[in-house]
Amino acid sequence: MSSDPAQFPALFVRDLTVAYEHKPVLWDLDLDIPDRALMAIVGPNGAGKSTLIKTVLGLVPAASGTVRVFGEVYALNRKMVGYVPQRSSVDWDFPTDALDVVMMGLYGQLGWFSRPKATHRARAIECLEEVGMADFAKRQISQLSGGQQQRVFLARALAQDARLYLLDEPFAGVDAVTERAIIDTLRNLQSAGKTVVCVHHDLGTVPEYFDHVALLNVRLVASGPVAPTFTTENLRRTYGGNMAFVTA
Amino acid sequence: MNFLRELIFDYTLRNIALGSMILGVVSGVLGCFAVLRKEGLVGDALSHAALPGVCLAYMLTGEKTPIVLMLGAALSGWTGLWLILRLLESTRMDRGSALALILTSYFGLGVVLLTVIQKRNDANQAGLDKFLFGQAASLVTDQVVTMAILGAGCLAVVALLFKEFKLISFDPEFAITLGLPANRLSGGLTALLLVAIVVGLNTVGVILMSAMLVAPAAAARQWTDSLPKMVAISASFGAGAGLIGAGLSVTQASVPTGPAIILVLALVVFVSLLFGTRNGWWWQRGRTKVVVAP
Repeated sequence: MSSDPAQFPALFVRDLTVAYEHKPVLWDLDLDIPDRALMAIVGPNGAGKSTLIKTVLGLVPAASGTVRVFGEVYALNRKMVGYVPQRSSVDWDFPTDALDVVMMGLYGQLGWFSRPKATHRARAIECLEEVGMADFAKRQISQLSGGQQQRVFLARALAQDARLYLLDEPFAGVDAVTERAIIDTLRNLQSAGKTVVCVHHDLGTVPEYFDHVALLNVRLVASGPVAPTFTTENLRRTYGGNMAFVTA
Repeated sequence: MNFLRELIFDYTLRNIALGSMILGVVSGVLGCFAVLRKEGLVGDALSHAALPGVCLAYMLTGEKTPIVLMLGAALSGWTGLWLILRLLESTRMDRGSALALILTSYFGLGVVLLTVIQKRNDANQAGLDKFLFGQAASLVTDQVVTMAILGAGCLAVVALLFKEFKLISFDPEFAITLGLPANRLSGGLTALLLVAIVVGLNTVGVILMSAMLVAPAAAARQWTDSLPKMVAISASFGAGAGLIGAGLSVTQASVPTGPAIILVLALVVFVSLLFGTRNGWWWQRGRTKVVVAP
């Protein structure tokens, strides 16, 4: 019997521990991300923010703990999850163009051996339009600026047509135009009933951009709606004595 | 004209031409993926690690049938790769050192085995040393047919899994999140690379085989920004260089085929770096390099 995913939190994490070579990166983490949230995950360098996302996606093995995506293990609800990796995780000198990268987001629906058809191309162009990159469809990806590359990655995730989007530092090192385009796109996703989770580094924009926040430093310090959670006290507990430096 | 006529009607020349072109196409295609995945050195390690397998296969069976020697080469290359992966997993050795260590150890073992075989005064052994630098002149129809079948198999797999291979070469983590078995696909690509190497062993030889994989791909990248075109150009460069190099080695008598092909390829790479329409020096000169903002 299939159950309605809407009655479950988008992401449910219990007792999650992840370690690299016996050093804990995430420790005994409990986290609920409600359906239709637009959430930032913040914390100092090495807090395990990216690791959390990668563990949910099965890219990093968990030492222990439970992860549920809309009430099911990730492997079963894989198609409900879209992923935007860090831009620096790939070699942009790869011989391909923006449109082709976006079409990669459709490979999950395409299946083995089949090639993309005109409908897939049209869908990919729509996704590029949504992030303001339609004019760059045939541009070699190394010829794009960092912000444009980031938007191509976002468009690829849109092509996945997911319910939960996990983004790893989507605002890192991008220009103002891109930052605007990305946050507009994320808000559109939320209005369309999707859940969006971003690893984020700019504390100053958290209250403006997001409605939920998780403060992370190996352990979860706090999580919930921004107003009651994003407090000076919680930030101090997350960043220790380095607050002034971090918010500067 | 005379050369062309001989190419078509002369038994030896036809074998040489076909064999070296098949090799050029297969290694040109698989080399693209190896280069894009930054695994050019893996090809080098695999080909060197194949040598003891060739010798052991001969010592155990006493046969020089192409498929027997190729199987030996493939098995031995695979154990070399397996050892490299184990070294990386269980020690603190870096990738380059692990590759160099296995490559040289296997090659050393291969040369010792070759010497042992030659000392046995066994009339049948003649020609095994050709696996070092390759000798297209000794290609017989049997070998060419085996090369053609293996090569066609490789190309068919690449054609079927082209988009999957492209994705795991560009962004393997994203491929995993889509549910693709990225590790198995990656292992499959390496296995195909091994087949390409085995196909080239008696034509180019173990020492220079990796250039057959890296050079056509590196040259092709200078002419296009599209992966399908890069693969096609790389295959043509490989086939052309294979044909010309083998022709040179046969007509200039004692030059081994491997070095002759590699010199032709080096010229192709050099010309591509200078005049390639995408990234070549000629088209970049006078143009300020676009520095892409971080």
